[in-house]
Amino acid sequence: MNGELGWKVGGEQGEGIDSTGEIFAWTLHRLGYYAFAYRHFMSRVKGGHTNYKIRVTDRAVGHHGDDLHILVAFDQETVNVNWNEMVGGGIVIADGTSGEIQHPETGDVHFCSIPLTGLAKESGSAIMKNMVAVGVTAAIVGLTPEDFLSVIEDRFKKKGQAVVDSNLSAVRIGYDYYNQHFSHQLRLPSRPVAIAPHHLYISGNEATALGALAAGCRVLAAYPITPATEIMYWLVKYLPEYGGVVVQAEDEISAVNMALGANYAGTRAMTSTSGPGFSLMMETLGLAGISETPLVIVDVQRSGPSTGLPTKTEQSDLYEALYGSHGESPRIVLTPTTIEECFRFAVEAFNLAETYQCPVILASDLYMGMSKGSIDSLDTSSVQIRRGKLVTQSELEGVSRGEFKRYQVSEDGISPRAIPGQKGGRFIALGNEHDEFGIEMEDQSMRVLQMDKRARKLQSFHELSGASASGPKDAQITLVGFGSTRGVIDEARTALMQQGLSVAHVQVSVVAPFPADLIRPYIAGAGTVLTVEVNSRGQLADQLRLQLGYHDKIQSCLKYDGDPMLVKDIVKRAKEVISVGSVN
Amino acid sequence: MAVLTDFKGEKPTWCPGCGDYGVLNALQRTAVDLGLDPEDMVVVSGIGCSGKLSAYFGSYGLHTIHGRTLPTAQGVKLANRDLTVLAAGGDGDGFGIGMGHFIHAMRRNVDITYLVMDNHIYGLTTGQTSPTSDPGFVTKTAPKGAVEFPVHPLSLALSAGCGFVAQGFSGDIPQLSAILKRAIQHKGFSFVNIFSPCVTFNKQNTYEFYKSNVVKVDDDPEYDAGNLGLAMAKIEQTQSIVTGVLYEHNRPTYEDSVPNYSKTGLATAQHVLTEADFERLLTQFQ
Ligand SMILES: Cc1ncc(C[n+]2csc(CCOP(=O)(O)OP(=O)(O)O)c2C)c(N)n1
Ligand code: SF4
Ligand SMILES: [Mg+2]
Repeated sequence: MNGELGWKVGGEQGEGIDSTGEIFAWTLHRLGYYAFAYRHFMSRVKGGHTNYKIRVTDRAVGHHGDDLHILVAFDQETVNVNWNEMVGGGIVIADGTSGEIQHPETGDVHFCSIPLTGLAKESGSAIMKNMVAVGVTAAIVGLTPEDFLSVIEDRFKKKGQAVVDSNLSAVRIGYDYYNQHFSHQLRLPSRPVAIAPHHLYISGNEATALGALAAGCRVLAAYPITPATEIMYWLVKYLPEYGGVVVQAEDEISAVNMALGANYAGTRAMTSTSGPGFSLMMETLGLAGISETPLVIVDVQRSGPSTGLPTKTEQSDLYEALYGSHGESPRIVLTPTTIEECFRFAVEAFNLAETYQCPVILASDLYMGMSKGSIDSLDTSSVQIRRGKLVTQSELEGVSRGEFKRYQVSEDGISPRAIPGQKGGRFIALGNEHDEFGIEMEDQSMRVLQMDKRARKLQSFHELSGASASGPKDAQITLVGFGSTRGVIDEARTALMQQGLSVAHVQVSVVAPFPADLIRPYIAGAGTVLTVEVNSRGQLADQLRLQLGYHDKIQSCLKYDGDPMLVKDIVKRAKEVISVGSVN
Repeated sequence: MAVLTDFKGEKPTWCPGCGDYGVLNALQRTAVDLGLDPEDMVVVSGIGCSGKLSAYFGSYGLHTIHGRTLPTAQGVKLANRDLTVLAAGGDGDGFGIGMGHFIHAMRRNVDITYLVMDNHIYGLTTGQTSPTSDPGFVTKTAPKGAVEFPVHPLSLALSAGCGFVAQGFSGDIPQLSAILKRAIQHKGFSFVNIFSPCVTFNKQNTYEFYKSNVVKVDDDPEYDAGNLGLAMAKIEQTQSIVTGVLYEHNRPTYEDSVPNYSKTGLATAQHVLTEADFERLLTQFQ
């Protein structure tokens, strides 16, 4: 089984499917395994199919995996929807005694009907069926009910020892039932010997929120929207501990302008949203650009256009992040490629926003934001706070009020910045074109000087490398992705290499300013370039063509049906384009 | 102590006679009277003739986009509660495009002061109907006269829970200045609607009109600004052509109500997490 196990629980939304998954994932994580969890859910509170997939591995991965070895099904739909993922020799646990849930066709799968709900009822309450299912799973993979105790305690201690006991006993009931009636076993991957001191189980959204807190962000203004709301939840819990505040704004226009106002006044602030909210923020991107006010916007992308598939992942806001808003002004677009990078880039977003005095868009996506994975550490020790050309009171010594050149035409395009309260720093931040003092004007030469100054700023951008590459520059096929697809592309590359192909992988983590020099050799030397994108237009491919050329060799592997990219999607498409295009 | 000239910014470019001059003058006087430091003040202004106020006033300023003065000003205040924060804009800015923010700012009750220079017209864009234009008022966009029911800012503010509701007239600077003083001193969101005639595009809501029609609440010895019912009745009786502080009621501010919000300006502190902070924060993921 190649050091991994795919497990999934599915049923109707609102039946506790998530908590079953969480308990299983947390337990494995605490035992030292690596868990990666992906939640499939619908935009309704009750009813509709939902499932929670956990991939257990012996190493950190960034993908939930194509394969399924164990499926716990609370209803027929779960079997129908997920059957095609089952691998040979896999086990389906279907709720019921006989035949309530049917398997669609015979395959090499062990189909075990177990009265999960029935056993739960006997033990006191039907809602315990999830814990019974956990117990069954434990029996299959060779864990003991006691392995789940620490997680059960954490979850239910507040409700009293009796609740802890009854949950644990439900796990035991499932465990015993399976062992009495069935014997198929599946093995977990080998357990890592030493558990890293910061072996964390964390989502991209949590890592982003923690990064913001670490960066000194003390104001979050946001409006609830899936899949970004978890950032609000996390910060509403922790910002107050540090004197900060989460404002639930009346809409995203308000949210982004509050964040801008707070940044202008010298407190690091951000807003977090998804596509529909991001669309509402466009005008303020321009204001931040021309007024040179730092601004951090987190866009946890989801499927569009409009309300699209609101609980499904997509990477389709790239055009918007790069070009949204009228006029021309600099901006930085970061697309973190791992959970660790969500943290690091969230910290860096604030540093970059203040260094370059421009908007920074941190674009993750539902897959990155809401999936949870085990990682070995977050690099908290290298967190730095850099505030760019923010002046100190002593630097303003001798500047009399009205003389501070907030928009000084400087060589690097970045001007000194004062904040209200500082004496001698008085200026007007404004959306109108202005002179060096921030006075609105329409002088043509000053207009050009100011436009050019702003455009120049990002030429010195050096803080992040912008992309990472593995494999030869002259590969037969070079896979290029951005953001959350790093893990899946990496695995697809391995799979293709196992089939004898020479494959390179470039993962873009900064889309603007585009890391052209870094990427160019991998495009120039490649036989075929295949962008891997969760969108329908090939928005990254467009960037490659625009920034680097090579139109004739750039192809795309696109997915926009609502499901995340799988290894097999990439492998299939890669083989297609190679068999058509390649001469070797 | 700052003097009047300290509150002067750029030389105004409003039309001669524009009501906005009166607002600027009254605000400058108020700032002097209150002993404020121009560099501890921020004026956030919108887009419109009125929005130029931030440039002409001598404090820090943020001339934002159309209709978004209030969110921006609340952001400024939340970043540094030690600052005196004012938002200023036109009737279009505040009651048209920005109306949603107006109502929510009153509910939220962040301690800022909001000045609307209400000329019942879109001035900067050279004379279109505004949300406060009187029914039948003829403009370029309503050549046969406005047909929509106008916004009534005062009664709207009262019903939205605003803790300070006043109306001034830029033709009466001493009164306006006295109102602004109380508005700035009020703890919580304060709203001052100001009749500020547009001499170029509005020949109906003129200085003369207000001078001869406006009723001052201060002339009514029975008037009690602490009484919401009286305030509503006064607005009704005068058809909103009334000036003075109509209502004042202290409600806890947002800053004082959100749990654990910093008692001092966030912007004045360093915000660095220690190793111990990280250890504590990371345990939830272990
Ligand atoms: C989003 C947006 N829409 C439209 C405009 C054009 N615009 C500028 S000012 C204004 C109306 C100004 O009226 P008001 O707010 O009453 O201000 P006044 O000029 O009367 O003081 C309009 C429509 C704009 N700047 N931005
Ligand atoms: S157009 Fe009207 S509002 Fe604008 S400056 Fe002239 S008089 Fe004032
Ligand atoms: Mg107006």
